Amino acid sequence: MRFAVSMLSVLGIASIIGTVLKQNEPYENYIIKFGQFWFSFFEKLGLYDVYHSGWFLIILLFLVISTSLCIYRNSPLMVKEWKTFKEQATEKSLKAFSHQHTYPYASLENSQENIKQQLLAFLKAKGFTYKLKSQADGSELIAAKAGTHQRLGYIFTHAAIVIICFGGLLDGNLPFKVQEMLGHKRIETLDIPESEVPAVSRLGIHNPSFRANMTLPEGMSDNVAFVRVRDGYLVQDLPFRIALKDFRIEHYATGQPKSFESDIVITDPDLKEPITRTISVNHPLIHKGIAIYQSDFQDGGTKLSFKVWDIFAKTNQPSMLEGAIFQKGILGGGGTADKANQALKVEYNDFRKFNIINLSADGKGKPQNVGPNITYKLRDAQGQAKEYVNYMQPLQIDGKHYFISGMRETVQDDFQYLRIPVDDDFSLDGFMHFKAVMLDESKYKEIASRLAKVAVGKGKGKDSSAVQTQFEDSVVQIMRTFAMGGYNKVAQVIEKNVPEAEREMAAKTYIRMINLAAFEAYNLARTLDKKPLLVNNAQTQTLIQDSLNAFSDMFFYGAPYYLQLDQFEHKEASGLQLTKSPGQKWVYLGSTLLVLGIFAMMYIRERRIWLTLKPASQQLHFAMSSNRKNLDFEQEFNLYREQIKHLLT
Amino acid sequence: MNSNELGNITNPDYHVKTWWQRLDWKDGLYALLLAMGAVFAYSQYSQHMDAYEIGFLFGAAAALSYVGWQWRSFAKLVLAVGVISLFAIYLYHGDQARATQAFLLKYLISSQSAVMWMNVLFVLAMLVYWFALFKRSDFSGKFASALTWIAVLMGFVGLMVRWYESYLIAPDVGHIPISNLYEVFILFCLITSLLYLHYEQRFNTRQLGGFVLIIVNAAVGFILWYTFDRQAHTIQPLVPALQSYWMKIHVPANFVGYGAFSLAAMVASAYLLAKKGILASRLPSLDVLEDVMYKSIAVGFAFFTIATILGAMWAAEAWGGYWSWDPKETWALIVWLNYAAWLHLRMVKGLRGPVLAWWALVGLIVTTFAFLGVNMFLSGLHSYGEL
Ligand code: HEM
Repeated sequence: MRFAVSMLSVLGIASIIGTVLKQNEPYENYIIKFGQFWFSFFEKLGLYDVYHSGWFLIILLFLVISTSLCIYRNSPLMVKEWKTFKEQATEKSLKAFSHQHTYPYASLENSQENIKQQLLAFLKAKGFTYKLKSQADGSELIAAKAGTHQRLGYIFTHAAIVIICFGGLLDGNLPFKVQEMLGHKRIETLDIPESEVPAVSRLGIHNPSFRANMTLPEGMSDNVAFVRVRDGYLVQDLPFRIALKDFRIEHYATGQPKSFESDIVITDPDLKEPITRTISVNHPLIHKGIAIYQSDFQDGGTKLSFKVWDIFAKTNQPSMLEGAIFQKGILGGGGTADKANQALKVEYNDFRKFNIINLSADGKGKPQNVGPNITYKLRDAQGQAKEYVNYMQPLQIDGKHYFISGMRETVQDDFQYLRIPVDDDFSLDGFMHFKAVMLDESKYKEIASRLAKVAVGKGKGKDSSAVQTQFEDSVVQIMRTFAMGGYNKVAQVIEKNVPEAEREMAAKTYIRMINLAAFEAYNLARTLDKKPLLVNNAQTQTLIQDSLNAFSDMFFYGAPYYLQLDQFEHKEASGLQLTKSPGQKWVYLGSTLLVLGIFAMMYIRERRIWLTLKPASQQLHFAMSSNRKNLDFEQEFNLYREQIKHLLT
Repeated sequence: MNSNELGNITNPDYHVKTWWQRLDWKDGLYALLLAMGAVFAYSQYSQHMDAYEIGFLFGAAAALSYVGWQWRSFAKLVLAVGVISLFAIYLYHGDQARATQAFLLKYLISSQSAVMWMNVLFVLAMLVYWFALFKRSDFSGKFASALTWIAVLMGFVGLMVRWYESYLIAPDVGHIPISNLYEVFILFCLITSLLYLHYEQRFNTRQLGGFVLIIVNAAVGFILWYTFDRQAHTIQPLVPALQSYWMKIHVPANFVGYGAFSLAAMVASAYLLAKKGILASRLPSLDVLEDVMYKSIAVGFAFFTIATILGAMWAAEAWGGYWSWDPKETWALIVWLNYAAWLHLRMVKGLRGPVLAWWALVGLIVTTFAFLGVNMFLSGLHSYGEL
C-alpha cells in the first residue's frame, strides 16, 4: 500500500519535469540554452521527450504491474466480501463490535416469529438483503448487508488504470523504439526530398498507430506524412492521397481569427468516388481509421513583388524585385567582380496576411490587425545571414505612422526596428527622396546657402559675406559627416576634435545645425518632386526628427537595401495532423470503468447488520459495521438503534 | 442517507421513502418550469445547435431538476436566477448600449454590475461570518449565509446576462461565458460557495463560512484586479480551438473539482486550528470537520476525474490525440494523482488527522498551480487565458 502511494507520488514528480522544460523543441534551441555539455547530458537523460523516455516508461510499467498485482491479490477478497452475508459470525465476535446494542423483549404478545418478521421488514425497508441462520443454541441470526457493490468499485477503478495504460501503450512509440533498438528503423536527420528518404526511415501503410503531420499548399496533393522524432523524422506512407483545394481563415469583425478550414479531397483506390469534405478545428475527418485534423497553417508559396530601395545611394528611385515564399533571389551585384562579391542572397521565409498586434504604449489597448508582413533573410557571400521582418503598411505608434522593418542576427535576438516616418501621402517616397538629398554631396552647397540666408542673412556690412562663407563651409562639413554615419559619426568627430569641456556645447550646436539642414534638405527634395514646401511647425519638426533618426539608424540596419513589399498574390498551405490510435477505444473503456468505479467506491456505502434473536434469554442483539467508519455511519447506527427499540415496544 | 431522516431520530416510522416518493407538487412545478424553458429554447434556437448541444439543453433541465429536488434551496436559486436574468434580458431591448443607460441595468443587473455586486457581497459575507464566529452570534451567522446566497444569485445572473450580451455584440461572437480566466474565476467563486452552502445546510456548520470565503475572496480580488488593470471583462470572441460543445461540460466539471478541493483545503485549515485549540470551542467538532473535508475531496475527485476524461475526449477531437502531455494536461494528472494518494491513505490505511489536513492544504497549492500557474509560467496548447 505504501508502495502504491509512493508510486503515485513518483509518477507525479516525474511528470513535472516535462512541464518545466519545453518538450520536443528543435535541438539547436536546447544547445543554445544549455551549452554543449549540458545539452548532451540532458539528452542522455531523455529530458527533451520525457514522456517517451525509457525511464518514464519504466515508472509507468511499475505502476501497471503493481496495480495488476494489487488487483490479483485483492479481487478474490473483494468478490467474497461482495457476495457474503457473513452469517458465520460468532456470538463472541459480534460482542466485540464497537457498534452494538442488546434489547430485552419480554412481552408476551410479541411472539418470536412476529418480532422476526418485523425485523425483516425493517431491513428490507432500509434496502438491506439478508440471510437467516439458526444457531445450535436455538437462537436465530439474521445477517444483512447493503451497498456491497462498493467492492466492485475497487475492481473497476484499478482495472481501469491497467486498461488505460494498456491503451496508451498501444498508441505510444514503444514498437518503434524496439525496432530502432534492433536496428530495423532509423530516423532521418537530413533535409532531403521525401522520395529520397530510404526505406529504414519509412513507416508502411500498415503501421497500426502513428501521429504525423502534413503540410499541403493549396492546389497540391500528397500521400505521405512526417512523424517528428527527436531531431529527425520518419516518413509515414498513407493508403490514400489527400489534395487541398482551398484553405480559408475567417475573421471576426475585430480581426481575430474565427475559423481555419480546409477543403480536402481524398482519393483512394478502394473508393469508387473521391471524398470531398471540409475539415476545421474541432471537426476532423476519419477515413480508414486515420483521423485527419486541421492543426495549423503556413504560407504555401505566396508570390511577392518588392520595391528595392538602395538606401545608401543618391538615387531616389527604387528597383523592382519579384520572388515567392520558400524561394531565393539575388540582390545587387552584377558588373564588376568586386560588386558581384557584394551581392546578397534573399531567402523569402514567411508571409503573413494578418498580424494582430497590440501597439498601444501601455499594452492595455486592444490588439488590432496591422496588415501583411514578410519575413526574409539576407545572406552574404560568406554565408552570414540576417533576418528581416517588414510590414507592408505603415503602423501607428504614438499617433504617428511609420514603416517598420525589424532586423536580427540570430533567432535568439529580439528584432531591432527601423522606423521610417511616412510622408504626407502615407508613402515611403518622401523619406527616400530626403535621404537621397542628404547623401548627395552636390546638393550640400545649395542647402548651406539656403540655411545661411536664414541664419546669417539678416546681418549687414562688410564681414557678412565672410561669415556666411564660413558658416556655409561648416554646414557642408557637418552634412558630410552626418551622411557618413549619422549621429554616431558626428559624435566620433566631436570626440576627436573638441576638448572635453566644450563637447556638450558643440554637440548641441551640431544637432541644431543638422536639424536645420535636414529641414532644408527635405524641402529641396520636395521642390525636385514639385511638391508644396513644408512649413516649419511642430508637426514638421517631428517629421524631420523622425527622418533623421531613421537616417541615422540605417547605418545599423545591416544591409544596404530596404525591401518594400509592393504587391502579393497570397497562397496558403494547410497544416494537417494525421493520427491512427487503436488504443483510443481501450482508453475510453478504461475511463468509463474508472468513473463507474469511483462513484461506486465513494457513494455506495457498504454496511452490515447482524440481528441475533435469543429466545432463551429473551434478548435481541444488534450489531452493525461498515468498512468505512464515517460520520454518516455513526448517525445511521444511532438511528437504527432507536428505531429497532421502537419496533420492540 | 437523507438529513431529514436523521433529524428525526425518535420517529417510530422507519420506512424510508425513495427520492421520487418524496416529491410533491412544488417539485413537479419546478421541473415543469425547467422543462418548459428547455422546450422554449429548443423551439427558438434549435437550428443553431448541434445534436450535442440539444442534448446538453435537455440534460441541463433534467440535472437542475434532480439537484433541485434533492436540495430545495438550490431550486429556489435556479428559479431566481432564471427570473432575474430574463428580466434583465427584457430590459436590454436587444441593444447593448442600454447596459449603461437603463437604470436597473446600469446599477444592478447588467452583467458587469451584477458581477460587481457579487464581489461586494462576498466581501461583506466573509466579514459577517467572522463576526458571527467571534461573537457566537446565530443571527449574524444566518445573515452571512443570506449574503452568500445573494452573492451567488448575483454572480449567476451576471454570467447569464453576459452570455446574452456576447450575442448582442455580434451573433458570431456569442458564446457561453466560461471561456477565459475572468469568466471562470466567477464560476469558481460561485461553485465553491454553492458547495459550501450545501454542506452548511447539511451539517449546520456556519462557523466554517469565514474560512471558505477567504479563498472565494482571493478569487474576488483577482477578478477586481483583472477587471481594472487588464480590462479583462470585455467580451472577446472565441478562438477556433474553443468553439466546441465539449467546452460546455469540460470546464464546469473542472471547476466543481477545483472548487471542492479548495473547499476541502479551507476546512482543513479550520481543522488544523481547532486541533491546536485555536477557536476550537467555536468551530464544529473535529469529526465533523474531518468528514466535511473528506466528502468535499471525494466530490472533487469524482468530478475532476470526469473533467479530465472529458478533456481527453475533447483533445482527441481538437488536437488529434487524447493525451499530448501538454503542461495543463500533465498538471491535471498531477492533481489527480495527489488526491488519489490522499484517498488511498484515508481509505486503505485508515489514516485520519492532521497529516491528511496538511496534505489537503498542499493539495490546494498543487491545484492552484494547475489552474493558474500553468497559464502564467508554462506554455502549451492550452493557451487561452494567458495572464
Ligand atoms: C495507478 C495507480 C492507482 C490508482 C490511480 C488508484 C486509484 C484508486 C482510487 C481512485 C481509489 C478509490 C478511492 C476511493 O474510494 O475514494 C482506490 C482505492 C484503493 N486502492 Fe488504488 N489506485 C492505484 C494503485 C493501487 C495499488 C497498487 C494498490 C495495491 C496496494 C491499490 C489499492 C487500493 C485499495 C485497497 C483501495 C481501497 C479499496 C476499498 O477499500 O474499497 N491501489 N485506488
